[in-house]
Amino acid sequence: MTMSTLKTAVCGLALLAAPLAASAEELVVNGEIEMITETEPAAHLDGALSTVRSGWTFRTTETKALQMDDFENPAMISVDNGMAAWNTADGAEGKSCADCHGAMEDSMEMVRATYPKWNEEAGEVRNIQMQIDDCRVNQMSAEPYGLDSRPMLAMEAAISSVGRGQVVDVAIDGPAAETWEKGKEIYYTRFGQLDLSCASCHELNYDNYIRADHLSQGQINGFPTYRLKNARLNGTHSRFRGCIRDTRAETYSVGSPEFVALELYVASRGNGLTVEGPAVRN
Amino acid sequence: MKRTIALAAGMAMGAGMALADMVAPADVTYGEYGEIEQSLTGVPGDAEAGREVMITRGLGNCVACHAVTALEDIPFHGEVGPILDGVGSYRTEAELRGIVANAKMTFPESVMPAFYKVDGFIRPGNAFTGKAAEGPLDPLLTAQQIEDVVAYLMTLTD
Ligand code: HEC
Ligand code: HEC
Repeated sequence: MTMSTLKTAVCGLALLAAPLAASAEELVVNGEIEMITETEPAAHLDGALSTVRSGWTFRTTETKALQMDDFENPAMISVDNGMAAWNTADGAEGKSCADCHGAMEDSMEMVRATYPKWNEEAGEVRNIQMQIDDCRVNQMSAEPYGLDSRPMLAMEAAISSVGRGQVVDVAIDGPAAETWEKGKEIYYTRFGQLDLSCASCHELNYDNYIRADHLSQGQINGFPTYRLKNARLNGTHSRFRGCIRDTRAETYSVGSPEFVALELYVASRGNGLTVEGPAVRN
Repeated sequence: MKRTIALAAGMAMGAGMALADMVAPADVTYGEYGEIEQSLTGVPGDAEAGREVMITRGLGNCVACHAVTALEDIPFHGEVGPILDGVGSYRTEAELRGIVANAKMTFPESVMPAFYKVDGFIRPGNAFTGKAAEGPLDPLLTAQQIEDVVAYLMTLTD
């Protein structure tokens, strides 16, 4: 019996025993994209987590439902904008993204699941946004979007949407190892006057409430996320900023080497989950 | 006018009295288990004011992490720390003062923030702005607010 048939068998049993509870925990988008919202931790987590859970599993039934159907998901308008921009020529070269990359559905399918990623030519780890602006500036002679800007988040959401259901598998070895280690160190650093690390909230206390907030594991497989609270797409680095600010600390800036390293590390904690972006959050 | 002057004088006197006996964060003496025997101000704590500190976001916001049955009327108690019911029965005043001032002296590695500590932080910020702190930090709570919270916790008996 393979691992996945075993899982199906176990799920089947759980379904029989408690059909409502089990189905509430299953995320199938548009009735066809099956998501893995809970999985075994990767070996490099060294037992820090007993299970790896998508942020979706911590949200209310109503918020969860919004992510199950693209007609309900308020982020899909931005995805459409991103798709349109992909096919539109821009910049002095008169080229569109599609002119070089073809259909987004084909060329970008594995991107969200594997970024941040080592870029050999640049000699650095890059996230999707850095790569997008690099293409705009150096291939299209267009203005950069700017990190976490609205058009950037729309493009990132579109690229993420075509990768939904792919299993997150960022590489942490080889040339990326050094950046990954740096990200890990940041994850466990206790920042600010409240003296809290990412792990204080998202590793030691996930599933607990902190005031009105139900703490998740702080996974990023759902990014960029649409938050009902601010009614727009939110970028990974902006989320990191918000969390560090809440410890009464001086944050790093969006796009800083520290946040790229942290993004790689946090992404790797979610290896084995599926790409869900753009997800919906409260 | 007369009244304002009288009030100002009264306040100055109060502050002066408190200052004389006030222990600065750096001068606090912790016992072997993290307890603080001596009052930080010499002025008895006011439990009612302490209750405000417990529930107010900009102050202690203790209920963000702790549930307290006596504060049931306040919504959204957290689950990060233990329920504080009865804590005034099984902890001494000195222990509670130590835990609120710097919980790490009692519980090493605790996620509970130190409310009367001003140095040794990594990248301390200017409150919740995300910007770097300018100049020396104030403790999260004043000496008197610590005494007030301790007085409140002492009312949580079973
Ligand atoms: C004081 C507690 C606290 C700390 C410390 C903290 N966070 Fe968060 N974080 C939250 C809360 C509350 C939320 C919103 C609810 C949730 O998803 O957990 C959140 C959400 C997130 C999310 C969004 C998850 C999703 O599925 O939408 C990410 C990613 C995240 N945090 C990462 C981090 C990282 C990385 C750090 C350290 C740099 C960090 N957090 C530190 C409290 C914290
Ligand atoms: C970010 C979370 C957090 C905040 C905020 C917080 N605490 Fe705590 N507190 C904890 C944790 C966790 C413990 C358990 C000690 C440990 O770390 O093992 C604790 C322990 C305590 C204890 C000891 C309880 C016992 O069983 O002996 C007291 C008393 C206490 N806290 C009071 C307060 C007060 C008063 C405030 C606000 C002024 C406060 N706490 C704010 C997390 C918090």
